[in-house]
Amino acid sequence: MTIFAGTAGPGCTISNLVTSEAKVSGLCTAKGSLSIPVEYRSIAPVLILGVAALVLLVLSATLPKRRYPGLWAGLTALAGIATTVDGIVQWANLDNPANTALTVGGQVLYDHFSAFFAILFGCATTLGAAISDSYLSREALDGPEPYVLMLACSAGAVLMAEAAGLITLFLGLEVLSISLYTMTAYHRRRAASGEAGLKYFILGSFSSAVFIYGAALVYGATGSTQYFEIFQFLTGTVVVHDGVLLAGMALLVAGLGFKVAAVPFHFWAPDVYQGAPTPFVGYMAAVAKAAGFAGLLRALMLALPTQVSSWRPAIWVLAVASVLVGSVMALVQADLKRLLAYSSISQAGYVLIGLQAGTQAGWSAASFYLFTYLFMVVGTFAVVGLTQGRGEVRNDLGSIRGLGQRNPWLAGGMLVLLLAQAGVPLTSGFLGKWLVISAVIGKGQYELALIGMVGAAIAAFAYLRVALLMYVPAAPTPARPGQPRGEGGGEPAVAPTGPGAPSGLAEVAGDLEALATAGLGATATAVALRAPSTARLRVPRATAAAIAVCVAFTVFAGVSTPVLSLAHSIGLTWSL
Amino acid sequence: MTPAAVNAAYAVVALPLAGFVANLVLGRRLGEPKAGWVGTLAATGAFAAALVAWVGALGQPSASRSFDLKVFTWFPVAGLHVNVGLLVDPLSLTMALFVTGVSAAIHLYSIGYMHRDPGFDRFFVYLNLFLFSMAVLVMADNFLFSFLGWEGVGFCSYGLIGFWFQREVAAVAAKKAFVTNRAGDMGFLLAMFLLFAHFGSLNYSAVLGGLVGGHPTGLLAGAPGAVPGTTATAITLLLFLGAVGKSAQLPLYMWLPDAMEGPTPISALIHAATMVTAGVYLMARVAPLLHYAHATAWVVACVGVSTAFLAATIACAQDDIKKALAYSTISQLGYMFLAVGVGDYTDGVFHMLTHAFFKALLFLGAGAVIHALADRQDMKQMGGLARYLPVTAVTFGAAWLAISGIPPFAGFWSKDAILASAWEMNKVLWAIGALTAALTAYYMSRQFALVFTGRARWAEARPTPGGALAGAGAAFAEGEAGAGHAASGPGLPPPPHLEARPRDPSWVMAAPLVVLAIASVLGGGINFPAWHLDFLSRFLHPLFPATGAVASTATKWALSVVTTILSLGGLAFGLATWRTAEHPVLEPSFLRRAWYIDDTVSAAVSGPVQALADGLAYVMDRRLVDGFVNGVAGLLATSGRALRRVQNGYVRSYAFGLSVGVIALLAYVAFRVGS
Repeated sequence: MTIFAGTAGPGCTISNLVTSEAKVSGLCTAKGSLSIPVEYRSIAPVLILGVAALVLLVLSATLPKRRYPGLWAGLTALAGIATTVDGIVQWANLDNPANTALTVGGQVLYDHFSAFFAILFGCATTLGAAISDSYLSREALDGPEPYVLMLACSAGAVLMAEAAGLITLFLGLEVLSISLYTMTAYHRRRAASGEAGLKYFILGSFSSAVFIYGAALVYGATGSTQYFEIFQFLTGTVVVHDGVLLAGMALLVAGLGFKVAAVPFHFWAPDVYQGAPTPFVGYMAAVAKAAGFAGLLRALMLALPTQVSSWRPAIWVLAVASVLVGSVMALVQADLKRLLAYSSISQAGYVLIGLQAGTQAGWSAASFYLFTYLFMVVGTFAVVGLTQGRGEVRNDLGSIRGLGQRNPWLAGGMLVLLLAQAGVPLTSGFLGKWLVISAVIGKGQYELALIGMVGAAIAAFAYLRVALLMYVPAAPTPARPGQPRGEGGGEPAVAPTGPGAPSGLAEVAGDLEALATAGLGATATAVALRAPSTARLRVPRATAAAIAVCVAFTVFAGVSTPVLSLAHSIGLTWSL
Repeated sequence: MTPAAVNAAYAVVALPLAGFVANLVLGRRLGEPKAGWVGTLAATGAFAAALVAWVGALGQPSASRSFDLKVFTWFPVAGLHVNVGLLVDPLSLTMALFVTGVSAAIHLYSIGYMHRDPGFDRFFVYLNLFLFSMAVLVMADNFLFSFLGWEGVGFCSYGLIGFWFQREVAAVAAKKAFVTNRAGDMGFLLAMFLLFAHFGSLNYSAVLGGLVGGHPTGLLAGAPGAVPGTTATAITLLLFLGAVGKSAQLPLYMWLPDAMEGPTPISALIHAATMVTAGVYLMARVAPLLHYAHATAWVVACVGVSTAFLAATIACAQDDIKKALAYSTISQLGYMFLAVGVGDYTDGVFHMLTHAFFKALLFLGAGAVIHALADRQDMKQMGGLARYLPVTAVTFGAAWLAISGIPPFAGFWSKDAILASAWEMNKVLWAIGALTAALTAYYMSRQFALVFTGRARWAEARPTPGGALAGAGAAFAEGEAGAGHAASGPGLPPPPHLEARPRDPSWVMAAPLVVLAIASVLGGGINFPAWHLDFLSRFLHPLFPATGAVASTATKWALSVVTTILSLGGLAFGLATWRTAEHPVLEPSFLRRAWYIDDTVSAAVSGPVQALADGLAYVMDRRLVDGFVNGVAGLLATSGRALRRVQNGYVRSYAFGLSVGVIALLAYVAFRVGS
């Protein structure tokens, strides 16, 4: 029997406890009895989140039936904080080599990678709960259910990151996915929400099937679903007929590629992002992506590192397609949530770029990217949730127009988050992009680095347009004579500037406005850029705190190195 | 060095920065005059700190007064480690002392001068930023950090020349100064590249080292011929290009006269006393390197002396009180470069100091005159002001005698020392220098005579419509003249264009005049060439390589007598001639138009260069570059719109897309099977 677990130092050290028992993979059953060695410390994050979900359910069933403003969100946030703290404790404990042999029947891995993602998902849960509360009460949807789903989803995500084999990974994947389907469809009175939930569910089932088929094929080819056993088999055996193995690998990539919304498995993302309740979208974009990538990183780096020459070109293509399609499609969106959906597709492309490098630099860049992207995307969707108004009436680009006047602080925070996503220096977004690109340059893949930079330049326009719109006055400025304006119904025109054109601050503002509104289809523009009211936008306290945390972290991680060094000490190879 | 002195050295840089930040953030709220007092306090504090650091350095033995205070590593890139750090040594201390000292005086003066200007707080923001940049420039411990200060003072100069940017002349002059300086900065940058390529470091102490007993240490001393003569020549020539731009020497001097569009305190501080001497400082700093580059030394000396002569001739025919002083500044800077070129670095620095005193004083005095006459700058319309502005006249007079090289005023000692060194190197250099000294005495006397003596032309009738008023003005002037000593006539009406009769400025403006006048009179004492009173020489001595021949005492005496006679001759001629304002013979038009150099350059630039720039901007950039960029943008938008069709909202087509993806992946692995 082979039981393996634990890490020490940069990689995972394997203690091969070879006994005379027959080789058992999957569930670890000792002879004659069902006795699974459980070390609770290794699954503490999952337990915290799962138990919290149960506590919420029990409380909601026992407490008198009335509204408890902030209670459910507060408990969820508390569970998230507990998870984060536990992740940090795990990280600290891992410095002691004695703690590395902790496991649950060999089904989960207890290493820096797990702890890192436990911290990530803990933060995501806390922030997700903080931004959901005000949204749900505004939409009259409050209750414990969404938080139970959120906690379950986070538990599934942690499980995906901890999984030591494809079966556990699949278990986590399903827990995560089913919670997300329900969360997507949670806005009962909004048809778009239900439609999005259904789409997500159908396509998600499809991809789950693809994934499990891939797992089956890999099992068929190697005789195991455990990463370490697959790895051992592949290092000890020359697979001459590797068709089944490669097909399995391809299907695994496709199944997880769906979760992270990599092109061409991204079709669901824009529709789901547009339909799902906005704060949930922020949470989902962060968690589903991170969990999917955690699974993908584990599977490719731990189980299939020997096949790197086979999977690298495939991931390469997915990465390039995601970066380019995401960026280009983001340019032509008139809907803010759809725009951000495409942007998140393009961001996934960058993580894939780091992933396909297959090096220490690559996966630490990818992990850093995911960790920092969490804060950017949650913060961004929190702002969108505030500007869209009750019933999500305005999700178009125009809804954010004039935010600089309506709430300068909020606009300033949003500006930082947008710039971070565009990859502007002094933000974590820049550092993330820089890391992935330097990782592939380290591999000598200059063409990919170039594509990544070009993609960032394309996507920057989409972000900067939103940023610019925030500072275009909410009340439409009078159009200059003889120059049709976008929102006037005509084709928007970039104002011609030349030596003869008059200059002045007002004119410059006009030109920026024209630039911000240019490029959209005429009819879409007409609707999409109508300015919202100029009333001051009030920000609920919890949401404000969450956005402040996101902005602060984005700047903090962009100018200092603690997060970076955390990501750098993640090991993802077996050191035998 | 004691901790107190080290901290003081930091404070020299930090205090102006703090003042800058305070005025930037709070300036508008503080308003007038508090913003000015904050700025002045910062400058005065910096001066006090410089004094403390100086005293601290004096406590050390003279050969080991060099301290490299590293603050932090600015950027560590591969082999290039650039620190943010201060080099405290005799040269940087000397510079810091006079820069902060003169600066403090001028800050104080500005409170009075900028009174009721709408940009009062902005002025002091710039002024403190300038002082910070200047302190960085002179105290940085490496070329790149110095360059930061170098660019900082350039920027402040730009902002302050164009301080009244509503006036187009000022805006254009600011642009001209900036662009001209950029041409020089290119030299500085290239020199840094070469330095790094050759030495692998940009740190002053590492590259130049100290000098022990006249022999260089550091990388320069690594081996005999550690730096090939050609490399040393190239580096120093490029640095000199930077210095030429910053210090307004031939051929990049044209921006300085135009820079007089800025407020007068700026002309005094930046364009006379401190910033324009940065080039001299730079050349003195690289003295150990210059030691190996004889060709550069010759170029520096020749450029210096020709600039000195040429600018002096132009100054003889200027009517604008500030323009005349500007050409005079260029000319005096030429002397400093002459000193550097002939290897007499100490006297170059000495002249820099004395010049800072008297030229700042001249500008501040000119500012007082301009203020008193309600912004009139034409000297031909001044005259007889000594009676009305006694304090200004006396202090201005001290500066006039100092710059004219009349013993025992400050300028005499420094100029004389430079000329003596020039004599030892080459007699022609000396001859031109001595001639320039005579010219200097002449044009300064012309200025003094036109402004302070003779008839009160400012009060005379001008061809204006209000005939009656003009007549009254003339009557006023005559009445005053008749009253003779009784200058105070409160009952008399003021001249037509003045609100009140001209008078001396308030104490905030007068106090700096007095302080600088004392310095101009006694400034020679810091390096008196006898009785072991040559403090500056001994202070700076360990820093500079020994020059070759030193003139004998007898030669020095003879030369002194000759130059003094020349100067006195120029002085007497100037004073005698210019008691009246019209002498067209002495102002030929080629001098009035500054040898047509500026006109020629303008014609060249506005002709072919403008055409080239237009071509680049409107054809190359607009058609080609913009066309390419817009084309790419259009392509992206079009492809985005085309791709949108795929995203049609139907689950079936999404599932189809997914399947295509899966099939493509499978097809790919099928292709790879067995490989």
